[in-house]
Amino acid sequence: MFKKVLLTLLVIATAFVMVACNKDGDNSGLLVQKEGDVLVIRAWNTEFQDRFRAYYPGYVKTNTDGTDLLDDGTIVKWVIVANDNNAYQLALDSALAQQENAAANDKVDIFLIEADYATKYANDRFALDVIGELGIRESALANQYQYTKDIVTDKDGILRAVSWQATSGLFAYRADIAREVLGTDNPTQVQAALSDWTKFNQVAAQMAAKGYKMLSGYDDAYRTFSNNFSKPWVDENDNVVLDQKVLDWIKQTKEFSTKGYNNGNGLWSEGWQKDQGPDGDVFGFFYSTWGINFTLLGNSLADPDAPKEVGNGLFGEYRVVYGPESYYWGGTWIVGAKGTDNPTLVKDIMLKLTANEVIMEQITRDVEDYTNNKAAMTKIANDPTYGSAFLGGQNHIALFTGAAENIDMSNASPYDQGLNEGIQNAMKDYFSGEATFAKAWENFTNIIKEKYPELKMPAAPAEPK
Amino acid sequence: MQQTIKHKKKSVINYNKWGYYFVAPFFIVYIVFSLIPLLSTFYYSFFEYYYHQVRGEIGPNFAWFLNYKALFADGLFFKYLGNTVIIWIIGFVPQIVVSLLLALWFTSTRLKIKGQGFFKTVMYMPNLVMASAFSFIFMQLFSNTGAITKLLTDGGIIGETFSFVDRVWPTRGLIALMNFIMWFGNTTILLVAGIMGIDDTVIESAQVDGANSLQVFYRIILPLLKPILLFVFVTSLVGGVQMFDIPHIFTRTNGGPLQSARTVIMYINGLLGPSKQIGLAGAASVILFMITASISMILFFIMNKEELEEIKLERQRRKEMKASWK
Repeated sequence: MFKKVLLTLLVIATAFVMVACNKDGDNSGLLVQKEGDVLVIRAWNTEFQDRFRAYYPGYVKTNTDGTDLLDDGTIVKWVIVANDNNAYQLALDSALAQQENAAANDKVDIFLIEADYATKYANDRFALDVIGELGIRESALANQYQYTKDIVTDKDGILRAVSWQATSGLFAYRADIAREVLGTDNPTQVQAALSDWTKFNQVAAQMAAKGYKMLSGYDDAYRTFSNNFSKPWVDENDNVVLDQKVLDWIKQTKEFSTKGYNNGNGLWSEGWQKDQGPDGDVFGFFYSTWGINFTLLGNSLADPDAPKEVGNGLFGEYRVVYGPESYYWGGTWIVGAKGTDNPTLVKDIMLKLTANEVIMEQITRDVEDYTNNKAAMTKIANDPTYGSAFLGGQNHIALFTGAAENIDMSNASPYDQGLNEGIQNAMKDYFSGEATFAKAWENFTNIIKEKYPELKMPAAPAEPK
Repeated sequence: MQQTIKHKKKSVINYNKWGYYFVAPFFIVYIVFSLIPLLSTFYYSFFEYYYHQVRGEIGPNFAWFLNYKALFADGLFFKYLGNTVIIWIIGFVPQIVVSLLLALWFTSTRLKIKGQGFFKTVMYMPNLVMASAFSFIFMQLFSNTGAITKLLTDGGIIGETFSFVDRVWPTRGLIALMNFIMWFGNTTILLVAGIMGIDDTVIESAQVDGANSLQVFYRIILPLLKPILLFVFVTSLVGGVQMFDIPHIFTRTNGGPLQSARTVIMYINGLLGPSKQIGLAGAASVILFMITASISMILFFIMNKEELEEIKLERQRRKEMKASWK
C-alpha cells in the first residue's frame, strides 16, 4: 500500500516537473499593450537587422537571446532563414499559411522580399495595403524612386511594400590593376574603355596578357544580362521564355572560361570572396549598391579586425563605374504581413526606415548604401565634400542618381529566383568543360521540373557561338 | 444442500499489464511519427498535390496512377537511382574486400596480431562521427580552394586545373570513399564475430588434410560466413539506396556536376522544395520501397536456396508419412 502511494507521488512529481519547466515565463504585462508584445520579422540575412539596430529611433538594446527591445516595451523577434535554394521562400510560405491560426506573438508581422520574388508576395493574399490599410500617406513616399514602388504595386494599383534602397548596378574595378594594365585609374577613362560589351571583352584580353583575370567566376556578369531582358522569364501561360540575353551571357562566359579570363568561382563561394581581397588577381566585380558596403568592403580587407582604413588590404583601391550596360541587382522590400497584430509599429518602421529623409541621408553617409530618397541622394551627389573613403574618395552617389531613375523592373516574375539559380547551376558544367551545351540544357530542364512542375520549357536552343 | 465451495482466488500475481504499459510509449511514438507518415505517403502517392507559385496549393485531387506514370515517363527517378547504385557499388566492393581481409588477419591463428582492441576501436570510430559533419569537412578540404586540393597541387600529384568537385567521377569517388571510411569498421567487426563462430576443429582438420589458406578460405570460411555476409549485404544495400546526408552536403545541395551525385533521396527531398510535390514524392518513395523490398527478398531466396529446399523436402516427407498412416 505504502509502495503504491509512493509510486503515484513519484509519477505525479515527475510529470509536474516536466510540465512546469516547459511553461514560458509570462511577460510582466506592466504596460497596457493595445497591440501585440512581440514583433516578428522574417529576413534572409543580417542586412536589415543591422540597419534596424543602428537607425531605428525606437530601438533600445539587443537582449542576450538575440531579440531586440524597443522603447515602448515591444520585443522584436528575428527569424532569419538563408536564401539559397528557395529555402527562405519555403519557410516563409509555411509561416504565412499558418498566419490565421498562429498565436498573437508568433504571427508574422514584417517580412522582407527580394526583387527575384517580389511579385509573388506583393498582392492581396500576403501583404497589407501600405496606403489604405497601414495608413502611410502617398505624400510621405513622394521622394522614393518610382520603380521601387512600381514593382510592388499589384494589378489593382495598390502599393504593397516599401524599400529603403535603390539598387543600381555598377562595375567595381581595382585601381591598382587599372594603373598597371590600362595606364590610368581615372573612372571616366576606365568607363570609356568598358562602355560596351565589345570593348569589355577587349579589355579582358589585355588583362589576360598581363596575367590578370577580368572576372572571378561564371555568374559575375549574369545579372547585367538578365536584368536587361525584353520580356519576363515566364509568361501568363506558364511558358518559360528564353531571352536572347541569356544566350549572350552563355556565349560570353564560355569564351571567357575557355580563354582563361576568369577563375571559375561560383558566386558567394570562398574563392570568389578571396578574389576580392589583397591576394586576388581579378580586375573587377559586378556589384549593386548594397554590395559595396555589405560584401566588397569586408572582403577587401587584409585584416577584418583592424580598423577599416587605407593600408588595410585593398581599402581605397576600388573604384566604381557604370560598366558595359546599365542594370539593377536585387533590392529588398519591407512588407507588412496580412494578419499582423502590430500595424501601428509596422507603419512606423516603414516610415522611419524608408521615407525619412534625415535617416536615409545618414545611412548613406555612414555605410555608402544608395537609399531610396531622391532628395537625400541629390543632396549628397551635389556635396563637393562627400567622397567614399573605401572608394578612394570617389562620390559614387553622384554617379548613380542618374542611373537610378532609369531602372526598369517591369520584367520581374515570381519564378526568377529558381530560374536564375537553375540556369547558373546547369551552365556551370558547360563552362568548366565537363558537359556539352545540350547536356547542360537538359540538366537545366530537369532542375526546373523539380522546382516548378507547372512550367513548360521551350525546345533546346542551339549552342550560342 | 450442496455448499457451493467458494474457491478462493489464489492471488497469482499477474504483472503482464505492466509490460504493456511500459511498451506503450514506444508504440505511441512509433505510430504517430513512423506508421502514420508511412501510410499517408502511400495514400498521397495516388493524389495530384503540389504548390503552384502563382495560384497556390493545387490538390489533393485523386488521380489514380498519374504520379507513377509521370515518374516512369520522366526517367529522372531511375537516373538518380542509377547514380545511387553506382556510388554504392564503388564504395561497397572495396569495403567488403578490405573488411574480409582485416577480419581474416585478426582471427588468424598463425598471425596472432597484438593490440586488436586498439585497432578495432580506431577502425570503428569513423562510424561514430555524424555523417553530415564528416561530409562538411570533406567538402571544405577538397573544394577548389581547399587544403587537400592545394596540398596535392603543390606536391605535383594532380594538375593545377584539376578539380575534385567539378568533375563527375572524382565527386562520386569521394562520396564512395566517405561511405567506405564510415562503414568498414562496422563490417570488419561483424565479420570477425562471424569467423570466430566457426568451429576451429573444422579448419584444423582441413589443414591436417593439406588444405592451404586459400582453399580453407573458399571452401570452409566463406560458405559458413554466408548468413553474416547476407546480413551485411542487405543492410548495406538498404542503407546505400537511402544515401542522403553525405552527397547532399558534399555537393552543397546541388547534386554535383551534371547531377551525377544526386541520389534518389536527394531527388525526393528536392521535390518537397518550393513546389511541395507531395504526390510525386510519395510515388517515388513507394517505388523505392518496392525496389528495396524485392532486392531483399531475392537475396534471401538466393542465399538460402539449400535450406529452403530442405524445408520443402521435410514438408513433403511429413505429408507422405501422414498419407501413409491413413
